[in-house]
Amino acid sequence: MGFIEGFLILLWTIIKIVVIVVPLLLCVAYLTYAERKIIGYMQVRIGPNRVGPRGWLQPIADVVKLLMKEVIVPSQSNRYLFVIAPVLAIGPSLAAWAVIPFSDGLVLANIDAGLLYVLAMTSLGVYGVLIAGWASNSKYAVLSTLRSAAQIISYEIAMGFALVGVLIAGGSLNLTDIVEAQQGSFLHWFWLPLFPLMVIYFIAGVAETNRAPFDVAEGESEIVAGFHVEYSGSAFAVFFLAEYANMILIAVLSSLMFLGGWLSPFEGIPGLGALFAFVPGFVWLCLKTSLFLFLFLWFRATFPRYRYDQIMRLGWKVFIPITIIWLVFEGIAVQIDLAPWFD
Amino acid sequence: MDLGYILKSLTLSELLKGLGVTGRHLFSRKITVQFPEEETPQSFRFRGRHALRRYPNGEERCIACKLCEAVCVANAITIESEPRDDDTRRTTRYDIDLFKCIFCGYCEEACPVDAIVETRVFKYHYEERGDHVLTKETLLQYGEELEPQIAQDRASDAPYR
Repeated sequence: MGFIEGFLILLWTIIKIVVIVVPLLLCVAYLTYAERKIIGYMQVRIGPNRVGPRGWLQPIADVVKLLMKEVIVPSQSNRYLFVIAPVLAIGPSLAAWAVIPFSDGLVLANIDAGLLYVLAMTSLGVYGVLIAGWASNSKYAVLSTLRSAAQIISYEIAMGFALVGVLIAGGSLNLTDIVEAQQGSFLHWFWLPLFPLMVIYFIAGVAETNRAPFDVAEGESEIVAGFHVEYSGSAFAVFFLAEYANMILIAVLSSLMFLGGWLSPFEGIPGLGALFAFVPGFVWLCLKTSLFLFLFLWFRATFPRYRYDQIMRLGWKVFIPITIIWLVFEGIAVQIDLAPWFD
Repeated sequence: MDLGYILKSLTLSELLKGLGVTGRHLFSRKITVQFPEEETPQSFRFRGRHALRRYPNGEERCIACKLCEAVCVANAITIESEPRDDDTRRTTRYDIDLFKCIFCGYCEEACPVDAIVETRVFKYHYEERGDHVLTKETLLQYGEELEPQIAQDRASDAPYR
């Protein structure tokens, strides 16, 4: 392979990355708007409506504000780690998008161990939180780090087990293959045979992204803002971005693994299937993702925060037993080729 | 823990109930008042910025009894007084520090001659340091400007006293 050829491949890859990341960042911006609007509506108020028509420009104003602000590095902090922590938070949450198939064949890196890669990347994101809390040299930040560490070990195992269920059902670690295995109508998707695993995966995902009711690491009413209490301006914006990018990632993964990704819900249904055949798969994926994202916001508007020992209890004493029991049931179902999912 | 409780908690019924409440409110009518454009109705007992009143003949009501100064819970009122040429006692200084004032309305309650009152004005700002201390002159001026409204509000409240 010549130099020119290699350069072209590099250029093409970078273009593809930009095509994924830029819309993602826009989605993050408008997810914050949606969050404020939806939570506002649930609290019987109307949310931001001053910047632009109906508040549509609010996220732009927020971004401009954050970028104009000064980045303060506390004098007693570990400067090197302090700067590198936001990078560690955002890096994995963007990198995980490489293996997400947006439609049939529309994926940056169609690797065989896609699910494993995603699991690794989403887990790495926690190190951003841990290092940020440690490097800040602040009491609240360290408390948040402790909580965060306790939280990871409790939910991540259950999350892994939930994914084991998916890969038994899909018979592959490749996300494209997993979606293909759900061909058929919406009754063929994995949400039906793997329902408890879907619930557990999503709840663990909420915990993973540090969202309410599992936002003990942030806990603004208890430890101010936890790990990013010392961060300001664009450094804070990066953490913010990472959190919301992770939210979207978890929502996309849930829809890929349990709601049939880009597959149309009306596939195989006489009449309706043909009627909606023109809708591109990408649209279905977006709709399913929005559903999960709405759940994220709905949870935040509804549930009070867990104590972190309650989170650990939930992880160890509820989620892990349930996932293991369900894996046994699922194994039996796969062995007897239970129709219509495992035939 | 009994088995029934465990099974019930596994159905997430309580969580779903909570989600139902917020889900219902998502579609309920919003109660936000868009402040600069629209305002909430005010009571005639509204306690806003103060004013000093005069009698219809132009004589200032305040007789410097200092009851308001004594009753003020935040020590926001400062009064100095001297006899006037006609041997009646009047204030030479009547300051209200609005940074201290908690707008409890006790000064108005204490006043035997209805001199110090709280008006409906709540939209105001200070442009220079020291503006938050209302002097006797400014208070009397506010009183003159708002006298019709003040008098009307006292009249509305009178039957309940």
